Amino acid sequence: MFWVVVLSVAATAIGIAISLAIDWFPTQASSAAADIDTLYDVLLIVSVPIFVLVMAVVIYSVYAFRVKPGDMSDGAPIHGNTRLEIIWVTIPLIIVSVLAGYGWIVLDDIEAKKADTLVVHVTGQQFAWSFEYPGQGKLQSNQLVLPKDRPVHFKVNSKDVLHDFWVPEFRLKTDAVPGITTDIRLTPTRLGSYPVVCAELCGIGHSTMRQTVRVISAEDFDAWVAEQRQGDEDGGMEAAGGDPLEAGRKIFTDTGCNACHTLADAGSTATVGPELDDLAAQAARYAKREGQTPAEYVKASIEDPDAFVVSGFQKGLMPGDYSNQLSAAEIDTLVEYLLTVSNGKEAQ
Amino acid sequence: MSVVAKFRAPGWYRVLISVPLAFAFSIALTAAVRAAYGWDPIVDWTSVTTVSLIAMPLAFLVAIGCFTYWFDWALGKPTVPDDHSSHGATSWRDYFKVNTDHKVIGIQYIVTTFFFFILGGLMAMLIRAELTQPGTQFVDPNTYNGLFSVHASLMIFLFIIPVFAGIANYVVPLMIGAPDMAFPRLNALSFWLLPTAGVMMMASFFVDGGAFATGWTAYAPLSTEAPLGQQFFTIGVQFAGASSIATALNFLVTIITMRAPGMTFWRMPLMVWAQFTTSLLVVIATPFIAGSQFFVLLDRSLGTDFFTAGAGGDVLMYQHVFWFYSHPAVYIMMLPGFGIVSEVISTHARKPVFGYRMMAFSLVAIVILGFTVWAHHMFVSGMFAWLRVPMMITTMLIAVPTGVKIFSWLGTLWRGAIHLTTPMLFALGFITMFTLGGISGVMLAVVPIDIHVSDTYFIVAHIHYVLFGGSVFTIFAGIYHWFPKMTGRMYDESLGKLHFWLSFVFFNLTFGPMHLVGVDGMPRRVADYADQYATMNAIISVSAFLFGLSFLVFLYNMVTSWRNGPKAAGNPWRAHSIEWQVSSPPPIFNFDEIPTVVGGPYEYGVPGAVHAVFADKKAPVGASPTPAGGGAPPPNEA
Repeated sequence: MFWVVVLSVAATAIGIAISLAIDWFPTQASSAAADIDTLYDVLLIVSVPIFVLVMAVVIYSVYAFRVKPGDMSDGAPIHGNTRLEIIWVTIPLIIVSVLAGYGWIVLDDIEAKKADTLVVHVTGQQFAWSFEYPGQGKLQSNQLVLPKDRPVHFKVNSKDVLHDFWVPEFRLKTDAVPGITTDIRLTPTRLGSYPVVCAELCGIGHSTMRQTVRVISAEDFDAWVAEQRQGDEDGGMEAAGGDPLEAGRKIFTDTGCNACHTLADAGSTATVGPELDDLAAQAARYAKREGQTPAEYVKASIEDPDAFVVSGFQKGLMPGDYSNQLSAAEIDTLVEYLLTVSNGKEAQ
Repeated sequence: MSVVAKFRAPGWYRVLISVPLAFAFSIALTAAVRAAYGWDPIVDWTSVTTVSLIAMPLAFLVAIGCFTYWFDWALGKPTVPDDHSSHGATSWRDYFKVNTDHKVIGIQYIVTTFFFFILGGLMAMLIRAELTQPGTQFVDPNTYNGLFSVHASLMIFLFIIPVFAGIANYVVPLMIGAPDMAFPRLNALSFWLLPTAGVMMMASFFVDGGAFATGWTAYAPLSTEAPLGQQFFTIGVQFAGASSIATALNFLVTIITMRAPGMTFWRMPLMVWAQFTTSLLVVIATPFIAGSQFFVLLDRSLGTDFFTAGAGGDVLMYQHVFWFYSHPAVYIMMLPGFGIVSEVISTHARKPVFGYRMMAFSLVAIVILGFTVWAHHMFVSGMFAWLRVPMMITTMLIAVPTGVKIFSWLGTLWRGAIHLTTPMLFALGFITMFTLGGISGVMLAVVPIDIHVSDTYFIVAHIHYVLFGGSVFTIFAGIYHWFPKMTGRMYDESLGKLHFWLSFVFFNLTFGPMHLVGVDGMPRRVADYADQYATMNAIISVSAFLFGLSFLVFLYNMVTSWRNGPKAAGNPWRAHSIEWQVSSPPPIFNFDEIPTVVGGPYEYGVPGAVHAVFADKKAPVGASPTPAGGGAPPPNEA
């Protein structure tokens, strides 16, 4: 019996050591992360001894009370023990009450309202996120860029079905629900780029509904806002150092086109929408039929996708509001980029 | 029988005629209505499919003969005298007919549900094949979404819930000393509703737009806008749900009114208690999922706006109604397993269940608390924020009665005479993994943790620890434990143990690592994932394939033992409960002499203790008498 206790204590110590040694979480990049990670560690520390206790009794019983096949004896006729039963009701009750209280405190802490908040409207739609900064002259963008150390209030919405706005490095998530606005409050605390993930099944393109959030310094953020305004006018040329292909590639990925379309030049392999690697040839063919130039055809397909749907794909699959999200100049840059890179591919 | 008579009599010939007729009727009805309104085209396949999905199963049920007695009675025709002449099965063909014998229905349930278990398992293999590497390998995203949706729906609605009903169908009437269930014809109808639901869900793969692909949760508005396949889920669930409710009512009435003399509630085996409490849950909760799916059906087919945000609908209402069933459903899938494990541990450790009354009370406590926790599935849904903390507290409180059960099983093992048979191994494996699933459940109840891990692979890991490591392990324990009783033959013990160890090891290697990728940020329900999770997913997939193969050992053991296994004694485990006091398999009418219950069901080690006696010691038909007593030596019947 002594050795059972010793082994159980040792197993508990080892179990706790292992569970704390595992690098469970992604990088901590928001004010909520440290609190949540600590809470998780505490839950692990409480859980390990409970699991070890159960296992110790099971393994010891099998070791000590196992009988040979053919043994006709019965176990001890013990029907219960009131004191023991009171103990194993009371102790778990105390444990869960304390943990619930702790969880409540953490919840209040991570959701506390703060002053000087940057408001960002997040809109989910099949299958991309878009963002609006009402305090920055209603700047609209397909990229999420945040200044470090400034509290952010995300107001999340959906245009079609349920989505879920989640940055694992920030820890917090909320569903994007059509008809209501949901909220997340947090403060980014670490510079870097992190994935924005859709965590609620939203249809065929759910798995690839992934974008990026960049956390940058406050000065860089102001510069970015100015650059975006500029980009609306010059189609992103200046930001790309005057390279039209670079500018187009950036728009393609920032807008989330890569979540649905395969395009070798942009390194995307998604198959929700038509492949774009031979777009130039396709556009030339379809455009002739519709009496357009290839550029007009591509532009029309971006601005009003349902006007002409490539066979094998459904209507309504591609969002129809890219002409709101992108300025006219940006769409021109994108069209030129697409026709150029897909033409090169065909020539090979 | 003349050919015409063959097609008129209840059975498969009549099915062959009636089901196509129902399809033709659906075309005619929709065409007539559309013509009357002047809609074009007259034949609209979406409408035809919707009506067919209701008309064809009903036609099937009528044709196979589920309603024959009631129709004859209602029409004043002579009915087949109620002599239970359709009891028993003399050949395998009898299992394909409507039969009112609870033992035949039990086998029908178990074999049918295991058939869907295999289909669901094959889908799991395809899912893991796709996830072996990032990117698209075998299936396109739409098919992938269909695969995990149908996988979950089959496992929940066509396997776990009904297989428990099947096991209980076989053993509960025997355990309480009843000749059959209270409503044998309703019992038969409950069974035949099931395959219709299963076939419907499978058939959704063959319609335009693919199988329903919105998960088993079918959240609106994705489900109200989804292609035609969704209709197969929406309507299929109604049939599975009706089956569930009817059989639960049957159990309630049977357990309340048909207990043998002397069988007070406090002398009932815990398996019976578990079935009683589960049936309460089913009867109260299941109408809510029926309601939620009817709302979806009306939104889809009649253009109502229950879940259309812009038109006065409320998207979150779907989730509230859905989880008001689907959380209790977790207990519907767990309480019968608790009952099985109590039987198995007590019998194979040869000790009374520790704290019997607390075990029964904790079942009741779980039933009550189970209705107060549904919104813990909605912590990130955007519902009103204040509801989260109360739901966190109630959820964590459920750990208390659940803990009582686990500790009481440990108390039952302590100082027992433990026989490490296959059912016992599965029961012990269940305790291990259900404890892990319970611990991750408490973690999930803590709101800040849930906000990070909800909709990730952590959830996938948790639910499989609870439903596979929990429920399915108890199902295996129950199948092995009662296999001798049901088939009259012994299973192969070595193969059983091999099955256990393979399942136990590869289960943990498959689902354990999912906790890690989940916390690390991998969302669930994705056909493709970020490259950082590639190594883990490759490991998970390989384990999953081996885990899948381990099932073949079980299948081989069951098939060969059922055909050629050594004959089983009436009471191979020397158990006290009544089902073991009759022959294996039991006589057609269970008991010639209704037993009288004189004591508790688990009085192992108490000298001379007996649970039930047969008044005149005369053996039931075909059975050798076995003494119902404590340390009595086993009879040499085989």
